[in-house]
Amino acid sequence: MTLDRRSFIKLIGSASAVSLAGCAGAPAVQMANEIMPKTSRRVVVVGGGYGGTIAAKYIRMMDKSIEVVMVERSDHYVSCPFSNLYLGGILKDLSPLTIKYDKLVANHGIKMVQAEVTGVSAEGKFINTSKGSIRYDHLVLSPGIDFRLDEMKGYDAAAMEVMPHAWKAGPQTVLLRKQLEAMKDGGTVVLTIPLAPFRCPPGPYERTSMIAYYLKKHKPKSKIIVLDANPGIVSKAPLFTKGWKKHYEGIIDYRPAKKVTEVDAKSKAVLVEGVEDVRGDVVNVIPPQKAGHIAHVAGVVGEDKKWCPVDPTTFESTLHKGIHVIGDACVAGAMPKSGYAANSEAKVCATNIVNMMNGREIVDMSGINTCYSYLTDKEAIHVTGVYKVDKEKNVIVAVPGSVGIPPDLNELDAIYADSWLRNILIEMST
Amino acid sequence: MKMRWSGLAFTVGALTLSAGALAAPPTAAMLVNACAGCHGVNGGSAGPSMPSLANQSKEAIVVAMKKFKSGERPSTVMGKLAKGYSDADYAAMGELLSKQKLHATTQTLDAAKVAKGKSLEEANCSRCHMEGGKEGKEDSPVMASQWLPYLSIQMNQYLDGTRKMPEKMAEKVKPMSKTDLDALMHFYASVK
Repeated sequence: MTLDRRSFIKLIGSASAVSLAGCAGAPAVQMANEIMPKTSRRVVVVGGGYGGTIAAKYIRMMDKSIEVVMVERSDHYVSCPFSNLYLGGILKDLSPLTIKYDKLVANHGIKMVQAEVTGVSAEGKFINTSKGSIRYDHLVLSPGIDFRLDEMKGYDAAAMEVMPHAWKAGPQTVLLRKQLEAMKDGGTVVLTIPLAPFRCPPGPYERTSMIAYYLKKHKPKSKIIVLDANPGIVSKAPLFTKGWKKHYEGIIDYRPAKKVTEVDAKSKAVLVEGVEDVRGDVVNVIPPQKAGHIAHVAGVVGEDKKWCPVDPTTFESTLHKGIHVIGDACVAGAMPKSGYAANSEAKVCATNIVNMMNGREIVDMSGINTCYSYLTDKEAIHVTGVYKVDKEKNVIVAVPGSVGIPPDLNELDAIYADSWLRNILIEMST
Repeated sequence: MKMRWSGLAFTVGALTLSAGALAAPPTAAMLVNACAGCHGVNGGSAGPSMPSLANQSKEAIVVAMKKFKSGERPSTVMGKLAKGYSDADYAAMGELLSKQKLHATTQTLDAAKVAKGKSLEEANCSRCHMEGGKEGKEDSPVMASQWLPYLSIQMNQYLDGTRKMPEKMAEKVKPMSKTDLDALMHFYASVK
């Protein structure tokens, strides 16, 4: 690998910024009242989703002498994968997608702290939470995503209650479904998609399919307008195109290269590039995204101010030693921002944290992504791949031949998808 | 101006070589952990269409992966995933999975079918699927406690010819009625 002079200066710049943090730049994070004084080797995991639960569990499975503290603000987690089926009316409620942590923590001796993280000190190796400070030897952040609201004028907390994003499963998903149910037959749904990368590349297109499925079944005079900021469908494109033609001709009005930059909650309108005005009876705004808030607090977000650069083998931040970032928030090379990728990254990260803490050799990463999308209640599609590190470029790449989509929509993918969900949620919750 | 990365890392000091450059090859656990999202932790599947991999013989895993890779065995995702690994990887995965304990499932099964299946099993299947399907001869898979929907999907693929039956299996299966085969699957699903 070679670097030109400009990148070299950039690197030096960021290196000195790291060493100065705490003295000159941002004010140092002060330790508050310490809860759970550290008496042994400890990993703190922040986030109880697809990444965090698995990192916590696998560290304990691999080395019981390491104490693991999982910090999560909620007492439960609702899976984003499959939440589109709830919007399609195929799932009655979100209970099949909801996990609790009691069995996970009891089975593996994980210490759970239900609290909000308010600060991270990379130098002092502690985090501050709404319940007090906790020291760590290694910190794993699996914070998921937050929204770049500065790029979506007018989309504030109040607007989200009128035009839900439903891109974090839970009350927002329930709100969007209620709006679809309340809409009159003959109504218009507007769905907006941000520029990639965002959480779950095929997600907006599966959502389009599921909303169309609902409309076709219950409100056949209605339609859905999709405003996609991207030049075309981002993931599984030929199959979504095929499926929409087969099942939803005349219902889905897909418009590529339409970047929504502003919303008006009062008139339920969205503005494309500040000009074209598109109105809907139900408006689902999926805003542009960035790493979850905690990653920004911890100072592990890269120069793009969006995502967290990490070492591809340990998922340790390239900006702060001892802090690892997994899941949607990190830059994992060719691995997509999917639930399965977060699961796989968590295992790689856990393995190498245990290796680091025991003075053992770091092991090459090997990861998988498998992700399903439903087109109807019975037909689904998949994308899958195996990933490893290209040592020359030091970046995660797909193993040639391992990535691909099926030849057509098929019922077997829907059957396997259901088992996918059961297995992965049980892995996270037991 | 171009600089070698190694020289740069030396100069900057704090920015050491990436961990990956010096990493050891992936262990069997590293490879197999990635499968668990779909196939379950410790090889035990909770999803009714997904097989448990625990306690399969090394040979069964290696042969299955090779057949997925070549396309001889039909699949949705497995044909692609199999291309992500080498023969040595298959062997390492198989070695680890073969040491995991059989995953006992609790399924709603028809007792009469289980009993009928048991009466058919010994004479027809037990030379390869030994000990009530808890063990497999050579590359024959362990079938005990597999989920009924998984067994049915596989049997349908055998019957419609998309998955090729081994000759000895075809000799036994082809003369059997659908009712007999259904009973056999109930039996294997019941074995713990």
